[in-house]
Amino acid sequence: MFGEYSLGDLGAIFAMQGFAGLILFSVYVLMALGLAIIFGQMGVINMAHGEFMILGAYMTYLCSGFFQAHLPALFPAYFFVAMALAFVAAGALGMLVEWGLIRHLYKRPLDTLLATWGLSLILQQAYRSIFGAREVGVELPSWMMGSVQATDAIEIPINGLFVMAVTVLITLVVAGLLFASRYGKQVRAVMQNRVMAGAVGIDTGRVDCLTFGLGCGIAGIAGSAFTMIGSTGPTSGQLYIVDTFLIVVFGGAASLMGTIASAFSISQTQSTLEFFLSGSTAKVITLLAVVGILMLRPQGLFTLKVRR
Amino acid sequence: MKPKALNDNPFMKPVEWASLALLCVLIFGLLPLALDGFRLNLVGKYLTYAFVALGLVICWGTCGILSLGQGVFFGLGGYCMAMYLKLEASSVENTKIQSTPGIPDFMDWNQITALPWFWKPFHSLPLTLIAVVLVPTLFAFIVGAAMFKRRVGGTYFAIITQAIAAILTILIVGQQGYTGGINGITDLRTLHGWDIRTDTAKTILYFVNGGLLVACVLVAQFVKRSKLGRILVAMRDKEDRVRFSGYGVASFKIFAFCLAAAFAAIGGAMFTLQVGFMSPSFVGIVPSIEMVIYAAVGGRLSLFGAIYGTLLVNWAKTTFSESFPELWLFGLGALFIAVVLAFPDGLAGIWRQHVEPRLTRRAKAAPAALPQGAPAE
Repeated sequence: MFGEYSLGDLGAIFAMQGFAGLILFSVYVLMALGLAIIFGQMGVINMAHGEFMILGAYMTYLCSGFFQAHLPALFPAYFFVAMALAFVAAGALGMLVEWGLIRHLYKRPLDTLLATWGLSLILQQAYRSIFGAREVGVELPSWMMGSVQATDAIEIPINGLFVMAVTVLITLVVAGLLFASRYGKQVRAVMQNRVMAGAVGIDTGRVDCLTFGLGCGIAGIAGSAFTMIGSTGPTSGQLYIVDTFLIVVFGGAASLMGTIASAFSISQTQSTLEFFLSGSTAKVITLLAVVGILMLRPQGLFTLKVRR
Repeated sequence: MKPKALNDNPFMKPVEWASLALLCVLIFGLLPLALDGFRLNLVGKYLTYAFVALGLVICWGTCGILSLGQGVFFGLGGYCMAMYLKLEASSVENTKIQSTPGIPDFMDWNQITALPWFWKPFHSLPLTLIAVVLVPTLFAFIVGAAMFKRRVGGTYFAIITQAIAAILTILIVGQQGYTGGINGITDLRTLHGWDIRTDTAKTILYFVNGGLLVACVLVAQFVKRSKLGRILVAMRDKEDRVRFSGYGVASFKIFAFCLAAAFAAIGGAMFTLQVGFMSPSFVGIVPSIEMVIYAAVGGRLSLFGAIYGTLLVNWAKTTFSESFPELWLFGLGALFIAVVLAFPDGLAGIWRQHVEPRLTRRAKAAPAALPQGAPAE
């Protein structure tokens, strides 16, 4: 399949597709980051994660409409507001869900899967009732359109760079929060042993609630970024949930570095293959490769040595 | 409770014989008498899902392996059957107008001029019947061996099976020329010269389906009651302890997974025969998880519960989505949550905890019989 291209062309193609895949990569990283916190740290299989992402996407859509209609002067800056709102909305819903549903199920991880699947069905139908079954798109401010011409053959889309920057920032904040703050220490203590953490005076209920909310909030931001690569419909989130779980498992569930590395490799493989093959074949090959590697190395790419 | 010797344990307890008899009366007597041809065919379709639910009772309830990819095996079984039926329907006379007569119409539409090699065995009915069970079971064996030998289990296994379901769906949809794409394999007519579209044929197929289901119940019951079944339960509850006692845990898990796959495949084949087509919409993640909820609603520990759960959920689905399509997803979602939060053992659990003690108390009329603990399942 590479035969008809020269080496220079191939380099440019890889670079182009690489940069074109930036947004997909960012969406994957943000989704997977949220899931790595929820699944990797808390052990909850959140099948509704895609729906939290879509909530963020719908918030962005609402913001875009609101700013266009009422505050056209501030329209160029609306995306920042949208991202913040997406985080708050998805996070708040996440905390509500944790309080109402998840906290009863920490001892039965497989059952969280069924319960959150039920939740995802309810959310999908709720979106359909509120926003309609048709897919919606958002208007980007003009400064985010267009691209930077790096060389003759390579263009870098500006919105890709912007989302990338946001992703890096959020990743750093999350890493700092989990590994360098008092809260992060509490999170890790609770995840290792909930009873003992409670015994030394950590309010485990509060930590669980905040952590779940944080994971869902990040998914909301992923939804904001998602609006740039696809239109938002009630069931758009479901398409991403399998990929996201694979990324988290592939990277090694407890490792943030692994999550990023696997999100990068999966999104880039897919986006590069898409240039040469049809979209569905690219996806099949990527997923097959991931499942194949996981069968050989079930603990994922990066992981602590633990005897199970 | 006093430990019992294994051979004290009868194949089925009187209550279970009674439930089996009740199930037979329902499937072979009441439903065919009470329902018209269309509704009976619908119930037959639901009962094919019950095969999957039965498999999940063994695999998930008894052995603790949650597979979110049962649709894969259901679909593989169904596709094997559909390929045979399609080849029979695309005889040279029937497909004269195609540019290549004698191959299925969707291949002709996709500019494929010769029958692909993996379609060739499906010219023969015996080979097809073998393939219906063997292909999915073999696939389950490969997946299971790869995973369980490396001690992958629990949530990881669930996620990987889910990914496999997604991959297979994308593959089937993408390879339109070989698989019929998103529409699936349609326009199936005869089984070895016997028209499956007539009302009589549908009724006969319904009874064949019911018979196979009862047979599968008996097989599953045999597995559950045997020593093997006890090892499966022991593995679910304390895997390490079983491993340290010298059992090869992986082999038992592979067996349970393969058995579930074989059941699902039989269900899939019967689905194709009764409904008359097979499509990727029965393979993917959504149907696979829905099949899990059938078993969960009925009770993941109870074979009979799984069948009633399947019938109940599907009946509710048909009724609600006919009259309130908007509300159905809310209802299904709430059902998932309610089953998990309030009734983890499903219908069978409610029966065992609330109805059965009351019945036995009344039957014995004994002074304040304590509610008995759940039977050793």
